[in-house]
Amino acid sequence: MALPPKATAAAPPRLELRGITKRYPGVLANEGIDLAVRPGEIHALLGENGAGKSTLVKIIYGVVKADAGEMLWEGGPLGSHTPAQARHLGIGMVFQHFNLFDTLTVAENIALCIEGGGDLKALAGRIAEVSGRYGLPIDPLRHVHGLSVGERQRVEIVRCLLQDPKLLIMDEPTSVLTPLEVEKLFETLRRLAGEGCSILYISHKLDEIRELCQTATVLRGGRVSADCDPREETPKSLAEMMIGRELPVCRHSEPPEGGAERLVLDGLSLASDDPFGTDLMDIRLTVRAGEIVGIAGVAGNGQNALLAALSGERRAPPGQVRIGGRPAGHLGPRARRARGLAFVPEERLGRGAVPGMSLADNALLTGYQKGMVRHGLVRVERTRAYAERVVDAFKVVCAGSGSEARSLSGGNLQKFILGREILLEPSLLVLAYPTWGVDVGAAAQIRQAVIDLRDRGAGVLVVSEELEELFEISDRIAVIGKGRLSPAKRTRDTGVEEVGRWMAGMFAPALDEGPQDAA
Amino acid sequence: MLLRLEPRAQASRGLRIAAPLIALALTLGSGTVLFGALGQNPILALHTFFIRPIDSLYGLSELAIKAAPLALCAVGLAIGFRGNVWNIGAEGQLTMGAICGGGLALAFYGVEGPWLLPLMVLAGGLGGMAWGAIPALLKTRFNANEILTSLMLTYVAIQLLGYLVHGPWRDPEGYNFPETRLFGEQALLPVLLDGTRLHGGVVLALIAVGLGWLLLSRSFTGFQIKVVGQAPAAAAYAGFSRGRVVWLSFLIGGGLAGIAGLGEVAGPMGQLNPTVSPGYGFAAIICAFLGRLHPFGVLLASLLLALLFLGGESLQMHLNLPLAITGVFQGLLLFFVLACDVFVRYRVRLGPAVASPAP
Repeated sequence: MALPPKATAAAPPRLELRGITKRYPGVLANEGIDLAVRPGEIHALLGENGAGKSTLVKIIYGVVKADAGEMLWEGGPLGSHTPAQARHLGIGMVFQHFNLFDTLTVAENIALCIEGGGDLKALAGRIAEVSGRYGLPIDPLRHVHGLSVGERQRVEIVRCLLQDPKLLIMDEPTSVLTPLEVEKLFETLRRLAGEGCSILYISHKLDEIRELCQTATVLRGGRVSADCDPREETPKSLAEMMIGRELPVCRHSEPPEGGAERLVLDGLSLASDDPFGTDLMDIRLTVRAGEIVGIAGVAGNGQNALLAALSGERRAPPGQVRIGGRPAGHLGPRARRARGLAFVPEERLGRGAVPGMSLADNALLTGYQKGMVRHGLVRVERTRAYAERVVDAFKVVCAGSGSEARSLSGGNLQKFILGREILLEPSLLVLAYPTWGVDVGAAAQIRQAVIDLRDRGAGVLVVSEELEELFEISDRIAVIGKGRLSPAKRTRDTGVEEVGRWMAGMFAPALDEGPQDAA
Repeated sequence: MLLRLEPRAQASRGLRIAAPLIALALTLGSGTVLFGALGQNPILALHTFFIRPIDSLYGLSELAIKAAPLALCAVGLAIGFRGNVWNIGAEGQLTMGAICGGGLALAFYGVEGPWLLPLMVLAGGLGGMAWGAIPALLKTRFNANEILTSLMLTYVAIQLLGYLVHGPWRDPEGYNFPETRLFGEQALLPVLLDGTRLHGGVVLALIAVGLGWLLLSRSFTGFQIKVVGQAPAAAAYAGFSRGRVVWLSFLIGGGLAGIAGLGEVAGPMGQLNPTVSPGYGFAAIICAFLGRLHPFGVLLASLLLALLFLGGESLQMHLNLPLAITGVFQGLLLFFVLACDVFVRYRVRLGPAVASPAP
């Protein structure tokens, strides 16, 4: 890395953006963005969902072309470039969703995407060397399907490091990690930065940014709303820069004792339908009226099978799932909804909503048992009115009940789906990752709506990876690991440390294997 | 990679509707070139192809007669295609409807009454449904690809018809021609307009278009079909059954095709012979797409495709051109429709400019 001989402060930034503007039909995604990342700096890119973070990163990585503005790489102009050329320059990116082939080994996966990766043995040696140097234990010969999510992320990082990056872009890297894994990741990133690699760290988690980053660029509505040193800010002041007002706090009262059983899982066991998925083993849990039960755990530990068994998309023996006190394991989604179940799936576009259909039609998708159908015909006025009620009550930003679901931003679509389910007034609500990828303002609103529903007497089950969130809203917390569920503990009798230990503890074998294999 | 397709952020609504018209204009343009190359006066040829067949009341009624089976088949197919169910075998279901309905007419030859015709329509519909039920069963039970099974069953049905009219059902007084008796008076669809062959099948087609619209645009069942077609995961989440949509699509599509077949044999033909259809079941696939999978659009597309059938015959009669010209025009039209659709949804970009990395 040839830094100019001048003092670092006077050296040109590693990457500089000047007046970057990107317009999509109807949306100004980025407007006049200025950003400079210096060598060896961990720079946070902070912003709500829809603030323009993803677009900006795609422009930097060459996936999307800016309409206006210029980009400078180490002082020189950077014209239009492709991701391949960006990698060649030394820009590496770790995506939020990993692009790995389950059936291939780590080395094979890496060989697929780097130049000169043909010699697998030499590559395995380089992988072991890099992973050792940066404290990223990984065995190049293991198959990806056997890796935990944290290990998969290490593979992605090692893949970038093998190309000697000068700028590493990390897109919400901690959303899939246990607290322990987060700490390890931060050590690695600090070491990398110490060697002169710049890191652009995208997140909406304020605590992490304050702990890790030296500078932060805050985006709001496609514009830079502030540049600051996050270490000198409070979470409150950062949140204000991000959402333009004070961070709302949820009200939360004690749950009533001894409510009626809304959901009982009685020894639920289910084989995963994905060959590399996790089977459920003897899950036992009770959710009562008027309480919120949280299930923590790192993704890929059986949550998918559990959620499918709850929604009715997968059937179980009748007695293993009881809804409203009666066996329901054998029932499909329609019959379970008739019993008072509402469900918010993890995947919003394509499962929770039909992308090409209007919001009114998407209201009908799950509201069809609530008087929107008569004599087999759709009551168009009612579906429209229902969609408009959801849009009003949950402040969904959209052009109206006729807008297509796919035209909504992720956070707004989530508000719509959640609002649609809540306004059905279910007696049991199951939520999967309710605020994943949702901005802080909307997340607080969603949590409050869930708490209000609980106070009206519904039982709520929340499956999430975000411990802070679970601790904020849950009355009891359980942890899922390798397809087994821990006993649920009252939230006020436990803490982030203990639950984090449960999450990590259950994976102790997987975590311990890594270093031994690498050695 | 010099050219690449880039998805448009938002397909223009106007263009979506205009695309079939643009495709039609392109087809006419290619047709002009084609006729020129064949040594014909293009203007005269196009006139003979598109205008001459329908410049009289009789011509218009012939157009309706040809459009009716196309519309019947295409409405059923469009319903299935909306649900991502690919029934390619309408031709076979049509043939089966003709066999069952026509068989009833032959069975009651001589003992007739006003009850016979409704029974024949019913039998035709049930025959088509039964033929459609086979691919539906194979799909839902064994996950067999419905495109292959429905297409192959078409040829089975055509062979069966051939066997029947050459063998057991051959007209005993027919000098060994491979055709059945002419049906009795009560077994024929009523003629609606004196001096033409316009028959009751046209009314059935219009009813089917109306009901198809009601189903797709207003009914909860139609909504479920569309959800299953557009987002299978969302359908599973909402509790809509994919298997039910497969069955429904094949039963509706098969039933309507069967009625179309019955309309042919109890209408203009009045008997069964080895070819009951000049390919209506296949042309209906083009109709369905040309009509944007919307029943009213399908109706317009059926009229156009019917005109192609008539135009081909007209060229053969008046200009001595081969009948295959109909197939050429059908192919051109489908090609241009699909091509226009691509350009509505995507734009063509030249290959990425070579970036100039910083020194």
